Amino acid sequence: MLYINCPHCGMRSQNEFSYGGDASVKRPSLNKEVSDQEWDNFVYNRKSLRGKHLELWQHISGCRQWIKVERDTSTHEIFRTFKADEEVAK
Amino acid sequence: MTQGFRIENGGLIDRNKKLSFKFNGKKYFGYEGDTLASALLANGVHLVGRSFKYHRPRGFFGAGVDEPYAVVQLYRNGETEPNIKATEQELFEGLEAKSVNCWPSVNFDIGAINNFLKIFLPAGFYYKTFMWPKSFWYRIYEPFIRKAAGLGVASIDHDKERYEHKYEYCDLLIAGSGPSGLAGAYAAAKNGAKVILAEDKPRFGGSLLTSDVNIGNQSGKDWAEGMITELKAMPNVVVKNRSQIFGYYDHNMLVMSEKVSDHLPKTKKYHPNKRLWYIRAKEVLISSGSIERPIVFGNNDTPGVMLSSAAKEYLKVYGVLVGRKPLVFTNNDSGYETAIEFKKHGVDPIILDTRKNPKSEIIDEAKNLGIHIKNSYVVAAAQGYKKVKSADIASISDDKKQLGKIENIQCDCICVSGFWTPTIHLASQSGNKTKFKEEIDAFVPGTSKQNETSLGAANGIFSLEETLKTSFKAGGELSKKITENENNVAIPNVVEKKSSQHDKFWCVPLPKGKNYKRFLDFQNDVAVSDIEIALREGYRSIEHVKRYTTLGMATDQGKTSNLNGLQLVSEIENKVVPAVGHTTFRPPYTPISIGAIVGREVGKHTKPTRKSPIHTWHEKNNAVFVDAGVWLRPRYYKRGNENLFEASKREAKNVRTNVGVCDVTTLGKIDVKGPDAAEFLNRVYTNAWLKLPVGKARYGVMLREDGIVMDDGTTTRISENHYHMTTTTAQAANVLSHLEYYLQLVWPELNVNVVSTTEQWAGAAIAGPKSRDLLQKLFPNSDVSNEGLPFMGYTEADLFGVKARIFRISFSGELAYEVNVVSDYGNFMWEKIIEIGEEFKIQPYGTEALSTLRIEMGHVAGSELDGRTIPYDTALEGLVSKKKDFIGKRSLQKSAFTAEDRQRIVGVVPIDKKTSIPEGSHLVKDAKAPLPNPKLGHISASCWSVEYDNPFSLAILKNGKNMIGEKLFAMSPLKNKIIPVEIVSSHYVDPKGERVRS
Ligand SMILES: [Zn+2]
Repeated sequence: MLYINCPHCGMRSQNEFSYGGDASVKRPSLNKEVSDQEWDNFVYNRKSLRGKHLELWQHISGCRQWIKVERDTSTHEIFRTFKADEEVAK
Repeated sequence: MTQGFRIENGGLIDRNKKLSFKFNGKKYFGYEGDTLASALLANGVHLVGRSFKYHRPRGFFGAGVDEPYAVVQLYRNGETEPNIKATEQELFEGLEAKSVNCWPSVNFDIGAINNFLKIFLPAGFYYKTFMWPKSFWYRIYEPFIRKAAGLGVASIDHDKERYEHKYEYCDLLIAGSGPSGLAGAYAAAKNGAKVILAEDKPRFGGSLLTSDVNIGNQSGKDWAEGMITELKAMPNVVVKNRSQIFGYYDHNMLVMSEKVSDHLPKTKKYHPNKRLWYIRAKEVLISSGSIERPIVFGNNDTPGVMLSSAAKEYLKVYGVLVGRKPLVFTNNDSGYETAIEFKKHGVDPIILDTRKNPKSEIIDEAKNLGIHIKNSYVVAAAQGYKKVKSADIASISDDKKQLGKIENIQCDCICVSGFWTPTIHLASQSGNKTKFKEEIDAFVPGTSKQNETSLGAANGIFSLEETLKTSFKAGGELSKKITENENNVAIPNVVEKKSSQHDKFWCVPLPKGKNYKRFLDFQNDVAVSDIEIALREGYRSIEHVKRYTTLGMATDQGKTSNLNGLQLVSEIENKVVPAVGHTTFRPPYTPISIGAIVGREVGKHTKPTRKSPIHTWHEKNNAVFVDAGVWLRPRYYKRGNENLFEASKREAKNVRTNVGVCDVTTLGKIDVKGPDAAEFLNRVYTNAWLKLPVGKARYGVMLREDGIVMDDGTTTRISENHYHMTTTTAQAANVLSHLEYYLQLVWPELNVNVVSTTEQWAGAAIAGPKSRDLLQKLFPNSDVSNEGLPFMGYTEADLFGVKARIFRISFSGELAYEVNVVSDYGNFMWEKIIEIGEEFKIQPYGTEALSTLRIEMGHVAGSELDGRTIPYDTALEGLVSKKKDFIGKRSLQKSAFTAEDRQRIVGVVPIDKKTSIPEGSHLVKDAKAPLPNPKLGHISASCWSVEYDNPFSLAILKNGKNMIGEKLFAMSPLKNKIIPVEIVSSHYVDPKGERVRS
């Protein structure tokens, strides 16, 4: 079970969180013309990386905040965690 | 029966507490502190089971967790548990156990015929023998295997024991209470660290309980006792026996199974049987010790052949002689300790040492005691069927390839020591890439991956002095990092007679002309010849060899067999062991009860049950409940002998003619507040929300980004910046997360807050032509006329002193209202409605009637919004705004979603107007078409229309728009039904929706 540092609450076990997928995906703005390809990339196409991955988790049984977690998908190592509105420097 | 093999004095058992027990129906006696194994051995019982494949007789091989043979079916307090190791099960008064894997009995076993038909079951026999002909599988092979093989039998009764889970956090977790664990724990505890020390056995001390050493001028055992006493007294230390740490998971989380009650005849009141600990440790000290390796020789599975350390433990801990004519076969000093122990109790052992000229203090001691030692000697084969009777021994050449002349000597047990294998399972589970250590012929932990440090024998260190030195140091340094305290602990002086020098020898060559079975894996009956076959047939990867031969795949997970198997593969393949590599260790280290893993989450406790505040009333009024997610909802209220069909028909009919009331507390409710709330709803829902006035409700549909309908419900504008959203019961939690996602991540600029209010409000839906009359009596001071409270209107009112919210919304399609009060007054509201509604012939109605009412109205619910439908499919496209953008809108342009013959909701009526159509039936054009019959659609919901008194269903049908009037067939292979049907509009009753506005 992962041990995740919620930026709002501190270290909490994984069973308090729910997974929310790739955090690098940006939703196209509202009322903007979007090509099929662009839209499909947003809705469906994911890289399924092996290695360092920035992903979303929601602290669902805690503060209910969505957070960003930088995690290695093959080793489960967690490098950093961020608040929803924090910019993530590469 | 006397305990003929129990020595007069000594051991750590309590001789004042005599216990009786039964094995295979026969009564025996033992003492408190015995294991089932030691008590049986004290009674001279060596035959305890049959092997898995050849059904060869099986005795005891070890004295603990590594035991491959002595697996029994245990009976305790009216319950039975399979696959219990007799070497781990503590004796209690009235214990009963039976052998497994024998039929009809342990002494006469029909399966043993396999032993004489060896060609029948060589390596890979599962894959080869049972392949052809296919038709033999069910009739012959499978029943045969099931009867002849298999270990114990799981009980089919409900387990009456209770199991608990516990979460714990600590600075240092120490796995094992031998010398390294005690030293590490002590040093850490002295630095003020929060320490948990776990020992899987009932007694603390590990190897110190049986080894002949001195620490700090006292015996190893006394030193261990002193340490434990001191540790137990420290407030920052938790010391646990009978507690096996069996899994090392991510981020330094380890799981431990504590056997709270297994050693007692009966679990004490309020105690669990086992307690599962989830421990998050900052640092882990792995002090799990080592397991003695066997040396492989002919018939080495005969009862009476056992590990020399086990023989020593039975003697020193339990006061039991495993034989009176022991032969000790060793390649290192450990065998000498066992032999000396025998000698001290008046038994004359013979030592066969593979080494030519070994030297150490302990060897000198053995010589001085007059023990007969034969150097450069081996056991070629054990003789005897159900028990060792003699041994064929021979000298061995210096290159260990040639045997001398075979001699047969009498003996009744053979105690084997092939040196020690570090228990690296936990380190390996943590992700540590282990490495091969040439000097000890075994794998040891490599570089730590998580915060784990292996100590002592678990780290391949076999000198006690070195072990204590490094373990005190590790415990001290790791704890200092955490607590910033430093209290140096003096390292005691150590006297050890043993050297850790050993002979690199693990398998005795076959004597000329002999074809003895030489076993590697004793539980799965994998012999040297099986590995040879696998390699001859081209298997190379150790993982493949393992699976083909089943080496190390039994319940002992190869604790005594893995390394010898690797040695054999490397020898045949001419590779070094590290190049062969070992198979991966996975949790659990040892079998763990399913009950312990499940814990309290049994039956109704798997998920919490949610009940509405009106639940008790429902119960008192004969409600029959149904699970709606985690909620319990009344399905119908039974009157007299009514069944579900009759009751729900009556309830639905009463809504259509008079008035009914339904508990709708379970609906999800979310408060949406803030100056940008309207804009937010406008983006979340497909329809327009910017112009909804205060005091009005609106029905809304929300999509996922892929265009599929996520949920529907009504949302009401309570005040300028305050909306009350409702969701379906099932989607309440998902919708809240969905809203939070957009507010926190996508549109953080919107000033809106959302919070669940599901539990704050109790709700009652009042529906039927007489609902307004009832409402007027409930709220005499409010204007609830059609003008005062029009369809989709909202008002706040006073319900006999309780503030209530009234929404004029309808799911049943009748004139209807929903009244909400704060939950604490839910029952009060309900009783008032029933009381005052009496004159209007009110009846409560359950979910079954509710379904009937919505189905015949063509209102969609979860069975249509099933995660595969877009608004058009459920006839909700009228709610999809063309002007504004919203979540999922772009996806609706996809060609599949705009196809002319797109699926769409329709109504379905059986042509005979009698036969109900099973939900899930497929709609097909031609009932006689060859299979697979092309499916045009499926029945999503069925009811008995109370309006027309005939069956009616909803379906999602391809090209549904143009199918009205068509005749099709509804096929249900499950119910074996083919029903001719006609497609009609989904709005079967009141298609214009006049009633809700009346
Ligand atoms: Zn949090």
